[in-house]
Amino acid sequence: MLMTQRHALEVVLKHRGERLVVTTMSAAGIWPELSQSPLDFAYIPSAMGHGPSLGLGLALAQPTRGVIVLNGDGCTLMSLGNLVTLAHHPAKIHLIILDNGHYEITGGQPHAGSGHVDYAKIARGAGIERTYSFGTLADWQAGAAEALAGAGPVVIHLKVEARMGQKTPKPPRPMAEQIQRLQEALGVV
Amino acid sequence: MTPMDGPSLVAALKSCGITHVIWIPDTELGAWEPALSAADGISLVRVCREGEAFAVAAGLHLGGKKPIVLIQCTGLFEAGDALRNVLHDMKLPLFFVVGVRSYYAHQQGTTADTCPVFAEPILRAWQISYVVLDDRHSAQDLADAYRQAHVENRAGAVVLAE
Repeated sequence: MLMTQRHALEVVLKHRGERLVVTTMSAAGIWPELSQSPLDFAYIPSAMGHGPSLGLGLALAQPTRGVIVLNGDGCTLMSLGNLVTLAHHPAKIHLIILDNGHYEITGGQPHAGSGHVDYAKIARGAGIERTYSFGTLADWQAGAAEALAGAGPVVIHLKVEARMGQKTPKPPRPMAEQIQRLQEALGVV
Repeated sequence: MTPMDGPSLVAALKSCGITHVIWIPDTELGAWEPALSAADGISLVRVCREGEAFAVAAGLHLGGKKPIVLIQCTGLFEAGDALRNVLHDMKLPLFFVVGVRSYYAHQQGTTADTCPVFAEPILRAWQISYVVLDDRHSAQDLADAYRQAHVENRAGAVVLAE
C-alpha cells in the first residue's frame, strides 16, 4: 500500500534538523500543517519545475546548512535538466520527488509517463551517485535516516498516493513575508 | 564582437561584488569562459536551461549572495516563466545580461534572424528595465548599469549587442 504524502512528509520532518526545506505544489500545502519553521520556504507562486534550482541556489549560498527540496513528479518532469545541474554542483541538497503519477493541483490528471518513470534511475544517469527509492511507508521510515544524511546531491524517489480533486495550495504567508522570515533566520539581512 | 573581453568583464563583476555567475553562454559570451573560470571570488554556475538560471540566482540571492545571470537571447525566450516568477512574484532585484545575436546585422537589414526582432520587446513586455551595450561601450558600462539597478533595489538587464 502506498504511503500518503502527509505520512511521507512526517518522516522528513523527523529528520530535517536545521536544514532549509523548500516545498512546491502539493507538498507546499501539506508541509505548513507540520512545520512553521522560518527555515521553511513555500515556493508559491512558483515557476514550473524550478524548485530544485531554487534549492540549489540556497545550498550554494549556505553550504554548511543543507537544503531539502520537496518536489512533485510533474514538477520534476518539467525540468529534468535540473538533475544534471544538481549533479554538476556538489552541494548539501536532498531532492525528494513525491511521485503520485498525477498533476494533483489541477484536479488529478495523469502526466506523461505516469506510473512507470524511474526517477532514481534517471538521477543516476544524470550523474547523481546517491539515489534512493521507497515504495512503502515502512521502507521510507526505515531508510530515511540514511537517505537524508550526509552530503549531496541526493535524490530520493517516494511513491505516494494520489489525491484527486485537490485545489492549488495557498502559501502559508505572503511571499514578501516568507522571504523576510527566511533571510532573517539565515542572518543575511 | 562583444564590447568587452573576459578579464575586463571579471574586473567589472568584482567591482560590483558579484559572487556567482550563472550562465549558459552563446558563441560570443563563451569567450569569457577562461576568465570567469579562473576568477577568484566568483563562482561559475553552469545550468542546463536558462529558466534554471533565474531560479538558481533567486536561491543565491535569498541565501545572501550577489548573483548575475548571463544568457543568450533564445534562452531569454525560454526562461519567461522563471523570469516572471523571480522578478515579479518574488520581486527579487536580480540582474542579467542577454547576448543578442545578429543585433548589428538586424540593424543593417542583412539577416533573417528573428532573435533581435523579439529580444527587446520581450524585455519590455516583462517590464524589465534594460540598457543596450554595443561596441561603443565597455565592461565599466555594464558595472554602472548593475550599480544603478542595485541602488534602486530593482531588477535590471543588459542587452549585449552581438
